[in-house]
Amino acid sequence: MMLLTIFSGLIVFLMAFGLYQRSRPILAIKPLTELLFSTSWHPLRGEFGFFPFIMGTLWVTGVALAIAVPLCLLTAIYLSQYAHRRVREWTNPLIDLLAGIPSVVYGMWGILIIVPLIKNHIAPFFGIFSTGYSVIAGSIVLAIMIFPIIIHVAVEVFRSVPYEVSEASLALGATKWQTVKHVVIRKAMPGVIAAIVLGLSRAFGETMAVLMVAGNVAKVPSSVFDPAYPLPALIANNYGEMLSVPLYDSALLLASLVLLLVVLFFNIISRVILIRVERSIQ
Amino acid sequence: MEFKTHISVQNLDVFYGTERALKDITVDIPDKKITVIIGPSGCGKTTLLKSFNRLVDSMDEVKVSGKVFLDGENIFDPKVEITHIRKKMGLLSQKPFPLPMSIYDNVAYGPRIHGIRDKKELGRIVEHYLKQSSLWDEVKDRLHAPASRLSLGQQQRLCLARGLAVEPEIILGDEPTSALDPKSSQRIEQRFLELKREYTIVIVTHILRQAMRLADYVVFLYLGELIEHGPAEDILVDPKEEMTKEYIKGIIS
Ligand SMILES: Nc1ncnc2c1ncn2[C@@H]1O[C@H](COP(=O)(O)OP(=O)(O)O)[C@@H](O)[C@H]1O
Ligand SMILES: [Mg+2]
Repeated sequence: MMLLTIFSGLIVFLMAFGLYQRSRPILAIKPLTELLFSTSWHPLRGEFGFFPFIMGTLWVTGVALAIAVPLCLLTAIYLSQYAHRRVREWTNPLIDLLAGIPSVVYGMWGILIIVPLIKNHIAPFFGIFSTGYSVIAGSIVLAIMIFPIIIHVAVEVFRSVPYEVSEASLALGATKWQTVKHVVIRKAMPGVIAAIVLGLSRAFGETMAVLMVAGNVAKVPSSVFDPAYPLPALIANNYGEMLSVPLYDSALLLASLVLLLVVLFFNIISRVILIRVERSIQ
Repeated sequence: MEFKTHISVQNLDVFYGTERALKDITVDIPDKKITVIIGPSGCGKTTLLKSFNRLVDSMDEVKVSGKVFLDGENIFDPKVEITHIRKKMGLLSQKPFPLPMSIYDNVAYGPRIHGIRDKKELGRIVEHYLKQSSLWDEVKDRLHAPASRLSLGQQQRLCLARGLAVEPEIILGDEPTSALDPKSSQRIEQRFLELKREYTIVIVTHILRQAMRLADYVVFLYLGELIEHGPAEDILVDPKEEMTKEYIKGIIS
């Protein structure tokens, strides 16, 4: 176990190191801050500003989480605290099924259903023109893709709260909902955060489905109806094709490195939160 | 000895799925006395205790029939408000389970649930009941520390304070000292003896010596059946039933 842990840690490190080696050519001639914060993406002119892609990733992921987290937590609370055992037996395989659907299928479904829905109904409702290929389309598809993992982990977490703790609250005359709100959720908080982190890391790297519906325009989105071009989509769309352009491959590998670091960064942040929460409650 | 009845159990049956855990129990629990429920493990003591505050039917697949009267009201009547019943009883479980919050918030939890918002008032309640469960001196400087940092014995007294803070009429204890060291157990027992002036107390135990120290009234269960009940001096000293005699001599346990 110990060896495996060291091994997987080592792999992450080796990957990061490899990516860093390969992205050195571009780092040699461009300052990192310009690469990260410049909005100008013109590879043919030698301008590689990643900012639109970084923001695209943050927008799509952020909005996806904003959609997924409340829905998943309510679902998990219902399944773990209220639903009859038979309901749980039925829903578990359904949720697993959702997790097993290939992401291309989610993408197709997004193009066929979500994109037109946004173009014809949702955006006009807010008085906005949108092609439908947008942050919100990517976020909805992504949210649904991360449902299973968040729900699964959260249900487990809620069920691991000892029944006696709930009982203690009920015995004081609290209602079921008061008990869930003040005791169960609180007791489960560290695990709930872990569930969200898992969803988050999955969302960051998810490429295919988002690439199909997010619009892929290299501009910083300013509303959820604008198109976005997340980092993974950039890499998947272009790597292996545009390599005749000087420095392009180095730029894409740098993009991968950035993606890796962003994911690591969020992991570390959430782990710090997790430790804090654990300390203050336990 | 004359007893005034507080809880009156009539023909109570409890099923877990198809397993009948309590069989036609009829017994009166006396007011402002310590009633001790004894019997071997698995005989239904916990089930009987949890019937009193209806925790027993909060689980899936549990069927209850019969009546339990509390202050003249059948608590299994579908019309009664369950939270109202539970507010009348403080529960001490086998192991202390503090709520995931501070010492202060644990005690204030019940009063807050029942609508007390005033800070001063809550502070007064917390202090009063921590004193009543003889925990105040040990925690008064760290009321806002997490309750889980207390020792087991302290946690159990905190749970007692938490239960008392909703101003119940009855204290239910399910082997409330079984997880504690002898000294902590003794402190809890001492509390009970003092509290019975104001509260009706029902305690489950499988420790016969504890029953002898505490009991005014004894209920003996065996395999879900009520074998014998009566004043402590009758049941523990001179039982009528063969089964009770054997249990008290330690032949069945
Ligand atoms: N939640 C439950 N589900 C199914 N059976 C149970 C449950 N709780 C208790 N029982 C059964 O009911 C009987 C009485 O249990 P209990 O009241 O806990 O006994 P005691 O507290 O005297 O040890 C036992 O046979 C036990 O297996
Ligand atoms: Mg028991």
